[in-house]
Formats: sequence, structure tokens, C-alpha cells
Amino acid sequence: MELTKEEEDALDGKQGETLALAYRTLVAIGEASNADRLIPIEWAHLSGVNYNTIGDAGKEFLSSLSTDAKFKVKTTVNPMGFDFDSVSRYNLDNKFIENQRSIKDSYEKMGAIPSYSCIPYEIFDVPKQGTHVSFAESNAAIYANSFSGLKTNKEGAFSALASALTGKSPCSDLRDDDVRKPNLTIRMKVEPRDELTYGMLGYFAGKVAGSSVAISGVSNLDRRSCKSLCAGMGTSGACGMFTFGDEEGEKIDFDKNEMQKIHDELNTSEKGDLITLGSPQLGLEEIVDLTLMLKGRSFQKRCMIFCPSAIKGQIRDLGYANEIERAGGELLFDCCTCLSPLVDNKEVDSVVTNSVKGAYYLKTSNKVDVNLKSLKRIVEEETK
Amino acid sequence: MNAKVIVRGKAQGSLLVAKNPINFLGGIDKKTGLVHDKKHDLFGKSIGNKILAFPFGVGSSVGAYTLYSLKYNNCAPLAMICLKADLTTASGCAISNIPLVVIDKHDYDLLQENNQVTLDAIEGKIL
Repeated sequence: MELTKEEEDALDGKQGETLALAYRTLVAIGEASNADRLIPIEWAHLSGVNYNTIGDAGKEFLSSLSTDAKFKVKTTVNPMGFDFDSVSRYNLDNKFIENQRSIKDSYEKMGAIPSYSCIPYEIFDVPKQGTHVSFAESNAAIYANSFSGLKTNKEGAFSALASALTGKSPCSDLRDDDVRKPNLTIRMKVEPRDELTYGMLGYFAGKVAGSSVAISGVSNLDRRSCKSLCAGMGTSGACGMFTFGDEEGEKIDFDKNEMQKIHDELNTSEKGDLITLGSPQLGLEEIVDLTLMLKGRSFQKRCMIFCPSAIKGQIRDLGYANEIERAGGELLFDCCTCLSPLVDNKEVDSVVTNSVKGAYYLKTSNKVDVNLKSLKRIVEEETK
Repeated sequence: MNAKVIVRGKAQGSLLVAKNPINFLGGIDKKTGLVHDKKHDLFGKSIGNKILAFPFGVGSSVGAYTLYSLKYNNCAPLAMICLKADLTTASGCAISNIPLVVIDKHDYDLLQENNQVTLDAIEGKIL
């Protein structure tokens, strides 16, 4: 990799150990991914916030880093393990709460915007087309590349953190326009369609695609389906973006048979003890939509609904929060289904969700069974 | 032999050579540096204060923090040599300041356990 004089100096420690660490990380990742140089980025979105994902070593690393580190560009953060405002309602062990607080404090001390959201593309203003960003949350990286006109790799926790500290990223993979051009097209052949079919399409695409993939036979996706497609894709592989339409090169069909295989892999129960909505978190649009669907109905079991706190005031002021709580929904902010300590397999055996990403992590991390079905079916079957 | 530098630095010590990839999160005790994955060919050995050669890292990216813990607990390798630089190993070595290089298969097969080597991960040489 070619570095500028300034970058070489920082790497050699002439601007302190924190920047040396950040540049070492960028150079290591750059060398490993065949980058030729570093380029400026305008926004970093960090993963590795939930204590369940980074553990004690991560907590200690961030605590020590935050004694003198400051983020150089706009930096937003992924969800935590729980919502500090409502944590007393859940039977969560104090150690977890203290560890989570330490991680939260470290990020905020370094200058992170306390967004605690996996949908930064929905709650923040999006920079102009073609802007380079560093998004570590997989659904957000895919959404940014595919819908927001931004450029990012599917960053890891460390590359995004080093980008936040330096305002730079290795120029490799999806930062190169040639790599962004897909060489595989997936033809969507499943009817009828809802957010769950799109989630499974994404999960399928992530398994078979390289860095970028084209999807044909799809148009007019609503927000729920867009997010579900991105989250499904981010869960199963390394693919970091898609385009719509046919491309030259290999073509693969996503048909009923392929979809059934994925459903069989992720759906392990015909019922659930608890419902979770929100992986990715629900934004204002989806909350409005959910409120309309719940009109005059009530959940027959616990239903946890995960949102960013950026919409908390709005949904309270506009009456949506009241309406959802009347129907028995529990609104939770700053956290999400994935790796949630609030879903404990000592208390629940199985969880109902419409999220392919949520299903994957509920199965592999929380070790509970999953009843995977669309939001429409959840409302039909789980409310009265 | 020549090596591609991933994380810069210099180290001198004896070689520990693995045949199997390493899962840092699940396979290494972060307090002692002992390999506690029973299926691994280095099972029971310590990777601490050695120049560790292994094909590449596998498993969760959180494994990078295991390398950081090893360094913190004074039982990290002095340097590492891989066949392929995966992002977990690259980030883990970077945040822990452990020199890391990549060499080709032919050279990797020449590495012998317990040999004393000098690794120059600035010029990209192993002697």
C-alpha cells in the first residue's frame, strides 16, 4: 500500500499510540484485502456495541482506548443489549447492565452520536451520491450501497472503528466501481411476495453471490421488504450490495423450491412463546403501518417491538406508541432482536418473528426455536 | 525467505508451526495462551512468546479481542506467520501490536518447529 507522509508518521506513532493503532488496523486490513491506498470517508457506523457481541475483552479494549481517543468523522453506533429506560422491567443481571454501561460510556466519550440503531440510513440525513462511508452493520452497509447511493465495504468492527478514528478507509473491494458491477443475476421467481419472501431471497443471495449481485424480477419494494432483503443478505455471506435488473453473466433462479429449503433451515417450530419484531429495528414508517394493522386487535402473547430512540418522541407525540401499547406491544429502544439478552432460553423455548436475520441469531446465539412468518400472518394468527 | 507485511514490527524467537487453522475465540485460552481445542494439532501447547505459524484464522471476528487479551495477559505470540491474511487475524494483530506476515505455501512447508528465526516485518524478511 502507498501511504502519504502524514499517514506513515501516524503509523510510526508520531501522533500517539491511539492513531498508530488505528492506522495499523487500516493498513493490516488494507494489505489483507489488496488495497493500494487509504481514502477519506465521511461517516463511520460501528458494530460491537452490545456486550453480548464483544464480551469482557472488548469492553476493556474500548475502555482503555477511550482514555484519549476521539472520533474524527461523524460516528454512529449499533444497538446495545437493552434499553436503559426500561431495563428495570426485565430480569437482567446487574453485571450485564454494568458491562453494557461501560461500553456505552466508552463510545460516547470518544464522540459517538448515541444512536444505538442498526438503521442509520433511515434516521440520519444521507450524504450526497457516491460518498464513501464505513458501515460495519451488515444490513446498513448493503442498504447504503444498494439504495442510498453511498459506497462502503461490509466493514468489520475494527475497520469501522479505525475509520472513525482516522476518517479513512482502505480503498478495496466495493470502493472500486469494477467490483460493484455484479457478475451474477438472481431471478426472483416466487409469488406471492411479502417481506419474509424478500428476506429469504436476500439470505439465498448472500449464500451464492460474491461482492455484488444483480436481482431481476423485483420492483416497487416497500421499506419493510427493502430492509428485510438487506438484512437477509447480510446474514448469510460476504455479499455487500445488489442492483436491480438483469446483468450479463451467470443467472440463477430463486424459486419455490429454493425458498422452501431456506424456510426449513430457519423455521424450527410451528408456534412461539414470544413475538419479536425488529431486526432491523422498525422506523417511523413501519410503526405507522403496524399501528394500522393492529387497529381494534390485541396481541395474545408478549410482543417485543425494537426501535431506534430517534423516533421515540415522534411516535409518542403522534399517538402511535399508545396505540401499540394498548394492543399489548412492548416498545423497546436502543436495542434489537439480535443477540438480545432479553430473550432467555430458560424462559422461552421458541420465538415468533418475521425477520430472517432475527431467526438466524435467535437460533444460533439465543439457542431458541423459531416460528418464522410474515407480519401479516403474525397479526392474523397472534392477535384477536 | 520473503514475506508480505500485514502488521509491521520485528521479533526473534522459536517457531511453533500449526497444520490446522486457528479459531482464536473458541480455541485458545486467553488467560494462558494454551490451545484448548482438542481437535487442533497444537492442543495443549502454549502459543505465548513463540513465533506462531498457522494457515489462517477462522471463526468469529470477536476473536481479534482474544489476541488483545493474550497480549494484555503477557501470553501472546511474539509474531505470527500466515498463509493467508484473514480479517480477524489482521485486525487482532493490529490492535495488539503483534507483527504479522504472509508467506507462500512453498516457504510455509519449510518452516520447522523450534527453529530460531528472526522476523523482520518491516522489510518483509524471515531469517
